[in-house]
Order: sequence, then C-alpha cells, then structure tokens
Amino acid sequence: MLKAQDLRLTFNPGTPIETQALRGLSLEIPSGQFVTVIGSNGAGKSTFLNAVSGEQRVDSGSIEIDGIDMTRQPVWVRARHVARVFQDPLAGTCEDLTIEENMALAKMRGQRRGFSFAVKPALREAFREQIATLGLGLENRLSDRIGLLSGGQRQAVSLLMAALQPSRLLLLDEHTAALDPRTADFVIQLTARIVAEHKLTTMMVTHSMRQALDVGERTVMLHQGRVVLDVSGKEREGMDVHHLLEMFEKVRGEALDDDALLLG
Amino acid sequence: MSTYTLLGALEIGLIFSLVALGVYISFRLLRFPDLTVDGSFPLGGAVAATLIASGSDPFTATIAATVAGACAGFITGWLNVRLKIMDLLASILMMIALYSINLRIMGKPNVPLIAEPTVFNLLQPEMLVDYVFRPLLLVFVVLAVKLLLDGFFATQTGLAIRATGSNARMARAQGVNTGLAVLAGMALSNALVGLAGALFAQTQGGADISMGVGTIVIGLAAVIVGESLLPSRKLYLATLAVILGAIVYRFFIALALNSDFIGLQAQDLNLVTALLVTVALVLPRLRQRNAGKKGG
Ligand SMILES: Nc1ncnc2c1ncn2[C@@H]1O[C@H](COP(=O)(O)OP(=O)(O)OP(=O)(O)O)[C@@H](O)[C@H]1O
Ligand SMILES: [Mg+2]
Repeated sequence: MLKAQDLRLTFNPGTPIETQALRGLSLEIPSGQFVTVIGSNGAGKSTFLNAVSGEQRVDSGSIEIDGIDMTRQPVWVRARHVARVFQDPLAGTCEDLTIEENMALAKMRGQRRGFSFAVKPALREAFREQIATLGLGLENRLSDRIGLLSGGQRQAVSLLMAALQPSRLLLLDEHTAALDPRTADFVIQLTARIVAEHKLTTMMVTHSMRQALDVGERTVMLHQGRVVLDVSGKEREGMDVHHLLEMFEKVRGEALDDDALLLG
Repeated sequence: MSTYTLLGALEIGLIFSLVALGVYISFRLLRFPDLTVDGSFPLGGAVAATLIASGSDPFTATIAATVAGACAGFITGWLNVRLKIMDLLASILMMIALYSINLRIMGKPNVPLIAEPTVFNLLQPEMLVDYVFRPLLLVFVVLAVKLLLDGFFATQTGLAIRATGSNARMARAQGVNTGLAVLAGMALSNALVGLAGALFAQTQGGADISMGVGTIVIGLAAVIVGESLLPSRKLYLATLAVILGAIVYRFFIALALNSDFIGLQAQDLNLVTALLVTVALVLPRLRQRNAGKKGG
C-alpha cells in the first residue's frame, strides 16, 4: 500500500528556472492495485515516481509504504519495498555484468548481502526456468553480458528481475517508450502477467491512452504536479480512449484558464 | 639480458601487478580515477620499513602496511562519498596529504633495510638463492591475491561493488548502499597497493619518500597493456591480463634500460611509461577510426 500526502517539490527554487514539479500531490493505492498514470510532458509523473522511490527528496509532504514512513529514507533502503523498471532499457541493468549476475543482484534486492557466491548452481537453474518463460531464447545465454542484449530483451529481463524478490510496490516509468511497437506490446503483456502472478501493487506511467485503459484497474491523470483525474471501477470500464482524451483536453483547458486568471 | 636481470624484472613486475590489480579495481570496476596510489604505495613501504627497522616481525609489518593502504583508500572514498569532493580531486588531496604523512612515519626521507629480516629472507630455504626465491614467492602471493579477488567479486558483496561502478543508479534501486560500496572498493584497492609498497621496500632494501612517484601511471600502463594482450570482460581473465600486463611492461622497461643502443637511463623511466600509456590509449581509437573508414 502506498500513501502519498500533499507532496511538494520545487526544482531550482528562487532562480529564474524555478519549476514546481509537485504541487500538493496526494494519492493512495491499496495493496494489490494496478494503477496506470497519464499526463502531458512535464506533468510531474517521473518526479512523482522518483519521489516515491527516493531518488528525489520532496520539500514537504509524506510518503508511506505499507504503513512505514519512507519520506526521508534513501533509495537503497526503500529498495527493500520498492522495485523499479526504468524508461531507458540501459538504466535498469548493469551492462558489464552477465544476465545471471544481474538477476542475482535483483534477487537480493533489499536483503543483506553476504560473502556467499552470488550465482550458485541451484539459483542458476531457477533463473534459467524463469527466463525461459519470456520465450526469448535467453535461457542458454545466462552467462552472456547483458550489454549484448537488445533494448527490448533487456527491458523484459528488467521486469523479470523486478519480480524476483517480493516487493510492496512496483514502479514502471514509461518502460515501453524506447521499444518498437511489437516489443512494446510484448513487454506490456508480460507486465500484466507478472503483476497478476505476484499480485503486485503497481504504478505504471504511460503516454498511451490505450495502454492506460487496457491494463490495470485504475487510471490517474497528473497535471501540473497534482492528481486531476482518478477513475476506476464501472466508470473506467465504460471509458474509451476518446473519452479519456476529452477529459485530458478539458483538464488542460481548465488549468490554462486558471493560469490566465492568475496572470490576469 | 642476463638471467639475473630477467628475474629482477619478473620480481618487480609481480610486485607491480598488485598495484595494477588495485588500479584495475578503482579505475575499471569502480570507475573511480584514483591517484591515491602514488601516496599509498610509499605509505605501505614506509609503514613496513619503519616497523621492521624498529624490530617488528616482517609479517606483522606487511599486514600493517596493507591495513594502512586500506585506510588511505577509505579516506579518499570518504572525501568523495561523504564530503562530495570530485573523485579525482579527492584522490589528489589524499595523495599530497600522504606525502607529509609518509615523512612523519619514517621521520626522515628514507629508511634502509639492510641487515634486517624481511618476509623474503625469513621464508627463504637453504637451497635457493635470494634472486630466484623472491620472484617464486611473489608468484604465489600474486596468484593467491588474484584467486581471492576473483572469488570475492563473485560473492553477493563483490557483485554489489561491481554493480556500483557499472551502474550506480541501478545498484541503488536494487538496495545497494552505493556509498559504502565505493568505500569498500577503494579500501580494497589501496590495501593491495599498500601491500605492494611493503613488498617493494623489502626487496629493494628499504623505503624512500620518492618511491611512489609515477606508481599510478605504471599501474595504469600495466592495466592497459594487459587489456590489449588479453581483452576480456570476464573477471578472472581480466585479473590475469592485468598481472601479465604488469610483468610484460616491466620486461620492456628492463629491455629498454639494458639496451645500450637506445641509451635510456633509469631517470627516463617515467617518460617512457607516459609515452607507452599514451600510445596504448590512442591505438585502440586509431584502430577503430580505420575500421570505420573501411566500413564507410
Ligand atoms: N532534475 C530536474 N531539475 C530541474 N527540473 C526538473 C528536473 N526533473 C524534472 N524537472 C522539471 O519538473 C517538471 C516535471 O518533470 P517530470 O519529468 O516529472 O515530467 P513527466 O510528467 O515525467 O514528463 P514526461 O512525460 O515528459 O516524462 C518539468 O517541468 C521538468 O522540466
Ligand atoms: Mg517522465
């Protein structure tokens, strides 16, 4: 369960390039829910995810994960509860390490790392079985450097890695944006499968309205650092992309009006 | 070249392969450009020579020198991780600080070891002459260090350190305390350099304040020569390559110094090293560019 309350974050405060990225964002996600997040460029989606994972400290507000206050914890401490897949396929894996070493690293996410060998035969077998489920033929390449894989393959492995160690929260920030349409589709299917299999509480940022409605059970729209739309259940089921686009435009229009008022 | 010169080159090459392994850890695994080495090498020598000269057991002295090296590396890491000083600058600060510290430790610019016991003459069996036994013992030491390193970097902790150097953001997202990983890696790297300094002082008849000048360049030269001899991303091959690089490099230097027709002298060593490293750094790029031209 995630509970973000009144998050505020300003980049470069007091300078001409000051940006209020989060302006009182609040969002609660109950355990096991799959939420898709949309919003225009610069709406604050990535900043929000970074705030939750700890990569960005918020100026004020609080972040609770499963009832534990995480507002001031560094990334590596939060990693015990939070798994991530980045937008950039190169960002989520270590290109110098082999596939199995990357998986071993993820297998120990948030655990105490000791002095036993990271990749033991039994573990390697488990990895082989898991990676075979991707259907990408990677099961015979476990000792290849992961840098040799394509972006799509690396993203698929990243997803698998995110699920190797149980987590309270899975954060996906446009994790299919860098992939070609077919691979993106494959990774989305895989996401839905892994999330369902492990009953993960998930937040997925996407620019595709279609994706936002197709996967998950709730859709949230951010605008100017706040939640401006939050649909789930019946209301969401009846929605199509057209609807969502309309609301998107409406919200943006309103926001513009607000600004116009303020400026006027 | 005589057998004596050859064995001498092997001996120094083996000692510098420990430096090269340290440099490999900082520069390649952690991607931390670390010049501390120029200070931690004489630090190891100073600690070992001073302790031995004051009557300590050479083994204890060698271990103390290794620990001293580790501390130096740790502090460089700390300057960078905690005080957020740029990596290169942090290591330069530590390097010049060590110059004073080394003088303090020795109390004078050099501490000779002539009649004192060393780890080499304590272990030396009757039947072997010293200039044969020293490289022999060093082969065992270097091999043991290599195998231990290979093993360590395959453990969960070792993997976390490698991940930190390769992709710190990813490592953090996997719960690795990357700051601590840098401290540990830097300590390990300079521990090896301190050990090398201690062994160097014991084979060369003492420690000298200027014995560290150019250590980093020699270490880097070894790493680069090794990587071009045996290019591999596999860790156990990479550590082997680095060791071979240090030895081959040393043979070249011995060859250059012993060939009268080249007319090089000991004081030209650093210039030769700098030239060698420059060539080794530029060659791959030239090769790439030529390959590109052919392709295009
Ligand atoms: N490190 C930073 N320094 C300064 N400004 C930043 C930084 N990161 C983000 N911003 C600004 O904060 C605002 C929100 O950015 P953010 O990346 O969260 O948007 P986003 O919703 O993820 O957009 P996109 O859809 O383009 O990924 C933008 O105006 C952006 O310019
Ligand atoms: Mg973004």
